[in-house]
Amino acid sequence: MLDVTKIRSDFPILNREVNGKPLVYLDNAATSQTPQQVIDVIVDYYSQYNANIHRGVHTLSQEATDRYEQARQKIQKHFNIAEAHEVIFTSGTTHSINLVANGYTSLLREGDELLVSAMEHHSNIVPWQMLCERTGAILKVIPMNEDGELLMEVYHNLLSEKTKLVFCNHISNALGTINPIEEMISAAHKVGAAVLIDGAQAAPHIKADMQALDVDFYTVSAHKLCGPTGVGMLYGKSEWLAKLPPYQGGGEMIAEVTFEKTTYADLPHKFEAGTPNICGGIAFGAALDYLNSIGLEAIATYETALLKYATEQLLQIDGLKIYGTASDKTSVISFNIEGIHPYDIGTILDKLGIAVRTGHHCAQPIMDFYKIPGTVRASFSFYNTKEEVDTLVTAVQRARNMLL
Amino acid sequence: MGIQEIQEEIVDEFSMFDDWMQRYEYMIELGKSLPLINERYKTEDNIIKGCQSKVWVHAEMKGNKLAFTADSDAIITKGIIAILIRAFSNQTPQDIINADTQFIDEIGLKEHLSPTRANGLVSMIKQLKLYAVAYQTQLN
Repeated sequence: MLDVTKIRSDFPILNREVNGKPLVYLDNAATSQTPQQVIDVIVDYYSQYNANIHRGVHTLSQEATDRYEQARQKIQKHFNIAEAHEVIFTSGTTHSINLVANGYTSLLREGDELLVSAMEHHSNIVPWQMLCERTGAILKVIPMNEDGELLMEVYHNLLSEKTKLVFCNHISNALGTINPIEEMISAAHKVGAAVLIDGAQAAPHIKADMQALDVDFYTVSAHKLCGPTGVGMLYGKSEWLAKLPPYQGGGEMIAEVTFEKTTYADLPHKFEAGTPNICGGIAFGAALDYLNSIGLEAIATYETALLKYATEQLLQIDGLKIYGTASDKTSVISFNIEGIHPYDIGTILDKLGIAVRTGHHCAQPIMDFYKIPGTVRASFSFYNTKEEVDTLVTAVQRARNMLL
Repeated sequence: MGIQEIQEEIVDEFSMFDDWMQRYEYMIELGKSLPLINERYKTEDNIIKGCQSKVWVHAEMKGNKLAFTADSDAIITKGIIAILIRAFSNQTPQDIINADTQFIDEIGLKEHLSPTRANGLVSMIKQLKLYAVAYQTQLN
């Protein structure tokens, strides 16, 4: 069992008030809060060893380089990645996906096919649409059912030797569905297609093992897992990363530059042009340390119980409908109340100190599927409590009374 | 009544309430008296961008005054646009262009005035003023 009282004391922001009420933070799928242990690492970096990395011969530069590369190794270990150079630091999942999509421009031909799941975040749709425009490749959609589960039969039928790439989120940000990525990856490999999994939502709940999954690309954003914003990871198998051309040119990513010709640096530096988010990378490592000190399995067990409780309680409210009822899902509840616009509920909840997300959650195709303008989304983390669920339920009830 | 007087009247009404809940309930009430836009004007062109909910606004001249009608699919947003329209409708375009909107702050809806707020109050004010500018240009 988690000692949630102790865990909550690690997060200074949870002590603040919003609109005169104690903050109830239920927008964890958008960004997670930061524990003091990670904040300390950020403060320590800027107070003790802020310097540019990889080039300087002075002590501060060496210290910063060591810590940054140690963070890369922590990430490698956490995701069971074969080689440290397969961890590319990026600004986050969006950057990671764009890096791969851009690189694929030279690998695709007209008529090649890409498969995308129907429940993707815009960041895992738009870069591929842009890639299709550049190359003449065709984007095909893996449909889902009313519960928010992918139709795997259709997926298997869509796969062919024309398929070059499959991309899907590990967990849907709008619905919480955990997708059967093991099956998707092995099926794609049988036809020679590579697979990119957007792990932004999964990383705070599931310890994904890159070698066991045999996935080709996997993306993570640090700010979803108690780290800072503006930093994340692209995991890529060496063989794929070697095939992709560099994404951005600049310092750090070169081996030798003359005006006639530039040769590129080896992995991972080939994809890390310019001064990176050094402090962010180090804090990303610290965030993984923090999560591992609690244990992702313990976190998942706790969150599943919280999800179950919140689902039962919310369903007591008249007219409340939950979108995303997959049998395998994480602690995300997207809902609407009949006759009420999600924006109105979100506004009232905010006045009551409760932070939820309203709108289309950057996943408009899902909203179109359900024919709704958006949803209210409450997403729970391991520092949330049953009492907070109760506060949410009472507040939604109150909003309903006010708005109907 | 001029815009300034109407705004003072609205501020007076809202000052009767002690807490945010009563103010929001009143705003929702005001939404119900919003002069509704004719269904045929509920077009993509008339949607105000920058709102999480849909807001449609239509404007037409009646004599030398500009009259607004509107609607929204969210009830709080409907209340907000109703308050704005009560202040701005049936005024001359020039008066609308010159109007100040500080009264929103005074009725306790300050948080909605932030340009980054997803409800788009700032976009609504801008749109009403744009209509006024367009009709003023025609008059000139």
